[in-house]
Amino acid sequence: MKTGTVQLWVNGAGVTVPAGASVAAAVAHAAAAAAAGMAGAGGAGGAGGAPRFRRSRGGSPRAPLCGMGICFECRVEIDGATHQRACMILAREQMRVRTDD
Amino acid sequence: MTDSYDVVICGAGPAGIAAADAARTAAGTGARVAIVDANARPGGQVWRHDVRFDGARAGPTGEARQRSRGVFGAAATWYLQTQVVAAAGDELLIEGPTGATRLRYRKLILATGARELLLPFPGWTLPGVCGAGGLESLVKQGWPIAGQRVVVAGSGPLLLAAAALLVRHGAQVLGVHEQASTRHLWSFVSGLARWPMTALQALGLRARLARVPYRCGEFVRAAIGDERLRAVDIETPAGVRRIACDYLAIGYGLVPNVELAELLGCRLVADHGPHARVAVDEHQCTSLPNVFAAGEVCGIGGARLAGVEGRIAGLAAIGALRAAAALGTRRRRARRFAQHVSHHFRLDARIHALAMPDTVICRCEDVPLAALADFGPPGAWDGRAAKLATRCGMGACQGRICGAALVELGLDRPTAAAAPLFPTRLDSLTEPPTAATM
Repeated sequence: MKTGTVQLWVNGAGVTVPAGASVAAAVAHAAAAAAAGMAGAGGAGGAGGAPRFRRSRGGSPRAPLCGMGICFECRVEIDGATHQRACMILAREQMRVRTDD
Repeated sequence: MTDSYDVVICGAGPAGIAAADAARTAAGTGARVAIVDANARPGGQVWRHDVRFDGARAGPTGEARQRSRGVFGAAATWYLQTQVVAAAGDELLIEGPTGATRLRYRKLILATGARELLLPFPGWTLPGVCGAGGLESLVKQGWPIAGQRVVVAGSGPLLLAAAALLVRHGAQVLGVHEQASTRHLWSFVSGLARWPMTALQALGLRARLARVPYRCGEFVRAAIGDERLRAVDIETPAGVRRIACDYLAIGYGLVPNVELAELLGCRLVADHGPHARVAVDEHQCTSLPNVFAAGEVCGIGGARLAGVEGRIAGLAAIGALRAAAALGTRRRRARRFAQHVSHHFRLDARIHALAMPDTVICRCEDVPLAALADFGPPGAWDGRAAKLATRCGMGACQGRICGAALVELGLDRPTAAAAPLFPTRLDSLTEPPTAATM
């Protein structure tokens, strides 16, 4: 572990974020890494925009809206606990996060 | 378990920090003060810690560190990452990282701040559509935005602050689209001469956005995408223009967070526009004699007004009424600025008509506008019937997002605040009662 960073798992893939980053940021970093991987090394995939965090009752993709714990669109499963707001919880070492909970 | 305090403050933004500082300083060493906040660090939304630029040290940083110097540490007890779930008698039920606790108070100060006004339009549920303050908050907490194409839109001075923060983090901000007309904006800017410090801050923000187009009289008509946002349609005086982008940061101003005040039974009023605020007297006292309120929850006015109101509330809560009254002039001056802002950024009526029959209004329960239109016209809309028939407002956010949107559209909230104020762990609610019954 590098000083000042946290390593955790998002849908089984390892991701490293700065200490103090939110779980929401970790989910976005993991999605960006996956998008860059799919585009190939040096590809133009980039960060790939906002990733899906969950699906609504009707099945439409959703991601953080308010960024401050009000809207509940960012909820994910963290270490087995469902419906946790990813924007309100800091990423911790070895935390296990699942989207689409 | 019950912890007892002389003063309990809910919210650690500018108002809450000022209240804690005032109560502690004026009380000498005597008063026991506690502060509850949902975030990991004090500062609220406006002084939120920036993971990239504020360093990794624990506790408050930047402006929040300056302001809370006197109260962070031993002078007050901090309950961070903690939310108020229920209230009864003179006790709050709070839930934090270590579980549920009861806080007993002699005096309570509500500094619960505001949230963004988010209004429905076609495509607003797509990943990549965020509040303007919302994206700012996500990015400060480490969300990767460098190189991403962002359109900033909506209304008010906060759009400039959001755009500047995004540029600082390496985003490619394609433009800021302010719905107010050029005429209103010039009138706002020329009026700023009365607040020279604020005018200088605005000029500084504008300078940092030198390469970002700022357009007045334009608003987002629709967001277009599939699994995520791909483009936005902007209504301009010259017709609709489509702009390809990765993110839309959109905010139409702020709405007071009155839920806890409402649950306690404090009198609310809606005298500056359609959204309720907590009614207070000259000492920031609510309709309940031992409950005070300060900052945005008493009406949107910005961080400076919140600081003055917080100080008044903190002083009044410990009985230092003369010192509190001495701050009345400062409060009046800060309030005039708030009126100046709200007057010039009034929303264009076309923005209230953007949602189509199939546009989702209640995001939690996927309720479209068409399903809600059956419950009466504006003025005679039956929110309760709509809620029972459609589940509008009954999802995880408990009507916070759709409620404010419906009020803005001239309808009513489908739900009033009720305990638990946030979805909670069941064991919190069964925490054995001590003195009062929840």
